[in-house]
Amino acid sequence: MSQAEAVPRRPRPLWSLGLLRSEIGTTFRRWRTLALLAVLAGVPILVGIAVKIETGGRPGGGGGGEVGPAFISQVTNNGLFLVFTSLAVTLPFFLPMSIGVIAGDSIAGEAHGGTLRYLLVAPAGRTRLLLVKYATTLTFCLVGTLVVALSALATGALLFPLGDVTLLSGTSISFGEGLLRALAIACAVALSLVGVAAVGLFISTLTSSGIAAMATTVGLLITVQILDTIPQLDAIQPYLFPHYWLSFADLLRDPVYWDQLQKNFGLQALYAVVFGSAAWARFTTRDITA
Amino acid sequence: MPQPPATAPEHPPSGERAIETRGLTKAYRGGQLAVDGLDLVVPRGSVFGFLGPNGSGKTTTIRMLMGLIDATAGSARVLGQPMPAASRRVLPKVGALIEGPALYGYLSGRDNLWRFDAADPVADPRTRGERVGRALERVGLGAAAGKKARAYSLGMKQRLGLAAALLQPRELLVLDEPTNGLDPQGMREIRALVRELAADGTTVFLSSHLLDEIEQVCTHAAVMARGRLITQGTVADLSATVLDSRGHGRLTVTTPDAADAVRVLKEHGVTDLQVADDRVTGELPACAAPPAGPDDQAPLELADLNAALVHAGVRVRAFGTARASLEDVFVQLTGEGFDVAG
Repeated sequence: MSQAEAVPRRPRPLWSLGLLRSEIGTTFRRWRTLALLAVLAGVPILVGIAVKIETGGRPGGGGGGEVGPAFISQVTNNGLFLVFTSLAVTLPFFLPMSIGVIAGDSIAGEAHGGTLRYLLVAPAGRTRLLLVKYATTLTFCLVGTLVVALSALATGALLFPLGDVTLLSGTSISFGEGLLRALAIACAVALSLVGVAAVGLFISTLTSSGIAAMATTVGLLITVQILDTIPQLDAIQPYLFPHYWLSFADLLRDPVYWDQLQKNFGLQALYAVVFGSAAWARFTTRDITA
Repeated sequence: MPQPPATAPEHPPSGERAIETRGLTKAYRGGQLAVDGLDLVVPRGSVFGFLGPNGSGKTTTIRMLMGLIDATAGSARVLGQPMPAASRRVLPKVGALIEGPALYGYLSGRDNLWRFDAADPVADPRTRGERVGRALERVGLGAAAGKKARAYSLGMKQRLGLAAALLQPRELLVLDEPTNGLDPQGMREIRALVRELAADGTTVFLSSHLLDEIEQVCTHAAVMARGRLITQGTVADLSATVLDSRGHGRLTVTTPDAADAVRVLKEHGVTDLQVADDRVTGELPACAAPPAGPDDQAPLELADLNAALVHAGVRVRAFGTARASLEDVFVQLTGEGFDVAG
């Protein structure tokens, strides 16, 4: 738009932010989004109550060495560990599944409803619309993760004592610093979902059925999770997007082990670039016939 | 250049074309041509009726004009700029209703308009509430603005779709079947709205299968069949085309003595005679049309024909030529009824 003065009405510089705000507002006002968040908030409550009942409320009753989600044995000693446990429980399926729903529906759902054509003749611009959709999905990643973390923190504070945190490396840190680490972990978990969000967005540009896109994304997620557990496939496993997901536990070491975390973030960025580009290539050339 | 809060669209020099396509072609997978070498010219300021049976390529054409699908061959210019290359500059000046309304069922009517307006890069968010309110009033949805769109009737959805097209002053309105799903009162309102917009200088490109609707509101029309443009021009010219080839159009005589009437009319050179109950219709001989033919016979005067009927003892209840309707034009041009193309 070099000759802006020749155009009667100039595009507003911050217009993209307005579109993003509209998109985020629309997404988070849907009952489906709220239901997903409610499910995510329910998981820590369930885990907390289960642990409470199982141990009869005896501090330290969980003991060590039992099989279960990471950190679960620590929960009875310190409610803050419920945050780590809940994130470890929801990261493999609940969180990415809800991301799959939001990302899969993002373009395909609009195409299915026919609203996509009206957004495009508005004209939202295909690249911009795609970026806004991706940004909204990433916002949901963060919000979903924070919902799990906050619900876990509240449940943990209600059911269990809070106090200094003993890290995996044995050192003890104050509760305040523990909270900061919890926040850092929530951010790491949210960033872990960047890849699956890009995959879902790409799938969403392939079809005009929101349901099909959601189902494909979630199906792909489950397939990849299974592949990641088959030892014979260890050659390809470092390239699967969930492979380093549980590396967030390394943030609970002193000093923090960055190796796996960095690999995780690098892998997520790679997925975002590859599948984001594929989504862009597909969406900008696609015939909108729905 | 600062933009004054103008309410009327800019009026470019006359003679410009709101829409112009050259050899516009769309082949879908499998090679089937949905649109085949379309050369469409829509003058600025016209109310342009875009006619054709279902499946004739109207909607595909509109989608290409709006940059939603890519043309296989040919080019399109909208408001003087190439599409889809200039979408960002052209589309804010175009309001469109394409293949019926599409709404977010979980949002209220007002919130739907807010969302579509937020997607427009040139829409001023500061005036959004006011513009949304005005658009809702204009289509008669003011009272239902707070209701969820999923609870709307088809007619209300259609109105909301129209409101979305009217959020800004537009230079071109593309309305695909705008009265679909409306009751007769609603149809009249929409036609009045279209006339009002046209009077303001907005070019209206109206696709419809309701021929009398086109006839009532349009100044120009184009007819499509099987992906090809059959004809285009002013509605008056289109009707005249048919009149010229048929004289005054079809003669209709209402009489209880149909058999006698047929005999007399045949003697006077009327062809293609058809009898339906007490109505006899037929083609007037070509020389009946002014200017007079060079035949030896004097031009046939309609009054003489009537006199001849009466003279022969045929009791005539009604006598006259039916004016060619757009439907006649359509049937003659496409050689088919208004059915789905094969």
